[in-house]
Amino acid sequence: MKIYIHSATAISPQHSFDNVLEDLVTYNTNRLQVIEPPYKDLLDAKLIRRMSRIIRMGTAAAIKCLRDAQVEEPGAIITGTAYGCLEDTGTFLTKMVEQHEDLLPPTPFIQSTHNTVSAQIALTLHCHAYNNTFVHNGFSFESALQDAVLLIKEQEADNILVGSADELTDISYHILTRLDLYKKQESSNIELFGTNTKGTIGGEGTAFFLLSSTPCEDKIVLEGMETFYVSEKGALTPERISDFLSAHKLSVQDVDLVIDGRNGDVIHDSLYRSLQETIFSSVPIASYKHLCGDYPTASSFALWLAYSIIKAGKVPSSLLVKQPLVKRILVCNTYLNKYCSLMLVAKE
Amino acid sequence: MINGQYTDSPIYVAGAGIICAIGNNVGECITSFEHGAAGMGAMTYLNSVHKELPVAEVKYNNEELAAMANMPVNASRTALLSCIAAREALADAGIENIRGLRSGFISANTVGGMDKSEQFFETFTANRDAGRLRNVNNHECGSITEMVAEQLNLRDQVTTISTACSSSANAIFYAARLIRHGLLDVAVAGGTDALTKFTLNGFNTLMILDKEYCRPFDDTRAGLNLGEGAGYVVLVSEKVAASLQHIYCRFSGYNNSNDAYHQTASSPDGTGSYLAMQGALKKAKLQPADIDYINLHGTGTQNNDNAEGTAITRLFAPHVPRVSSTKSFTGHTLGASGGIEAVFSALSVKHGYVYPNLRFETPMKELQLMPETSFVKNVPLQHVLSNSFGFGGNCTSLIFSKA
Repeated sequence: MKIYIHSATAISPQHSFDNVLEDLVTYNTNRLQVIEPPYKDLLDAKLIRRMSRIIRMGTAAAIKCLRDAQVEEPGAIITGTAYGCLEDTGTFLTKMVEQHEDLLPPTPFIQSTHNTVSAQIALTLHCHAYNNTFVHNGFSFESALQDAVLLIKEQEADNILVGSADELTDISYHILTRLDLYKKQESSNIELFGTNTKGTIGGEGTAFFLLSSTPCEDKIVLEGMETFYVSEKGALTPERISDFLSAHKLSVQDVDLVIDGRNGDVIHDSLYRSLQETIFSSVPIASYKHLCGDYPTASSFALWLAYSIIKAGKVPSSLLVKQPLVKRILVCNTYLNKYCSLMLVAKE
Repeated sequence: MINGQYTDSPIYVAGAGIICAIGNNVGECITSFEHGAAGMGAMTYLNSVHKELPVAEVKYNNEELAAMANMPVNASRTALLSCIAAREALADAGIENIRGLRSGFISANTVGGMDKSEQFFETFTANRDAGRLRNVNNHECGSITEMVAEQLNLRDQVTTISTACSSSANAIFYAARLIRHGLLDVAVAGGTDALTKFTLNGFNTLMILDKEYCRPFDDTRAGLNLGEGAGYVVLVSEKVAASLQHIYCRFSGYNNSNDAYHQTASSPDGTGSYLAMQGALKKAKLQPADIDYINLHGTGTQNNDNAEGTAITRLFAPHVPRVSSTKSFTGHTLGASGGIEAVFSALSVKHGYVYPNLRFETPMKELQLMPETSFVKNVPLQHVLSNSFGFGGNCTSLIFSKA
């Protein structure tokens, strides 16, 4: 059974919502924040005011994705989020400490629950269908995607809305900086891959996809997805990548473009340098984390990018790579060198 | 796309593990049911100012739990509870050649390592460069699952689900599907949540915590009591089940539906609950009259019990099966409740246990529902339904059937 991607929407630190990637938005900071689109055509004005940022952007991306696919009610709603609704979590925690557990407002607690994005999408659409939320660190999005594919294979549901949402807040950015995730010096995202220093830049975003077993006009297919958790088994090796491709009766020659998960951290990226010298030596490679920053569900932005490139038939200049005809893309992502995933997207 | 061929093959419950306020293992929980001994009491281990609220705590401090779990003492209490119950479930299943099988861990929780994060915030709030980083390092829900999966050497499919109070019912549901797709042979599935100040204060702002012991489905009910714990079942494929000495039951039906009514409140007619129960019956190819007993979500709030009771009446009347809420013993353990109650339901099918709904005296005016009030053994129960409903309208029902 084939899984078709009928539409894809992303809200990110780039103008992704309008599908404009030719004009790269540059940042001279280690914290990339999403560019929120005007929501008024997508969400009720009262809702826009009431929702927190992550809920707003997640719900809006989901609604736009459905509209683009011309689907009124999805057969299931599945979201992946590593950190959940951090702004409200931070607000409630801070007030709890400062006010000694007294006179706390309920709203931040209500909106802090990890399933709020999936729930608000259901509520907005009055959709009673299957509704799930995966919260598994660097595999949150991949877990959601796997659930969506399994539901289609079971013929339990079709037209599945699946996506991710993660936000970077003042608090989480500060804590993750203290945990040495980010570069010590402020840097420019255009120069991210030439820095040769430790640390990456922080990011956030949301992306939603409408998956179905029914072919769509563009005939864009999610051909495969696999995850590798790096424990004692070792990293993403050329052997694992070629095993993945041969499981789909393909070889690296069948791939027109690799989108890799380089994040500008000299240690993290050594994996990609060695893949470039070996299995990917003859394939054009585009990296993407200079566009959206690094975060646990960034792979959803990469999948959106792969979809958009195949749909447009060309690679945007912001990816800093030239490849005129792209029919099949391999997304090869890692988060913290621990969560590796491979996703294969192609035009049928 | 993703390897594996889906078949509607039977899934069996081969092992069970629990730690909660009424026992450190399955056997102790059953003894508490027999004695009618509820787990609520004055707050002892949780360090909150709201001492007026009864809570259903696991009666050990973190040092003791860490020793029981064989894990570091600074690990989140949520991970410690998870490890103890999941290990009991695996040992109970007694699968000899598990290393030769594909085994996974599908776990749920609602606030990850929040017990540690709130310690961090005590210092961090005043000074952003203070606070021990190791206390926030495992804040994410997924980190709790990873720590325990590593302890138990479960590696083939590991993931975490968080859908508020239905979280672990969805984890069990998902694990069964992974087996049906041929991606796993064995899955340890359920959930865990420790009491935290965050959740206690959160529920307190919603004014749904009873200062007395909770009274699910009683007309005088005034809210829930929070509890903590972990509960896991071991699900196995038909092939693995055939090689085992004992199994509890078949896991025959499941459904996840959304109420789509309000972020925290249930719809008055319990639409989501109704759809979840109806969908689980359909999946199990059963009629409402086939269900012998329902382990209620039964939190004790006005809203939940009304919605759930209405949905049950709509679906089952005039033949409403036996019903009771074990939360009258364990308190509401949030992300663990679906796992804990799945274990109770599996034991009901195996041993014919009907659990009492403690403190039930007056039926709700609107509904003619009379929960069971005493512990009974050896009741012939073919099919038991377990309900788990949560914030965000997330409603999940599971059905366990005689093997």
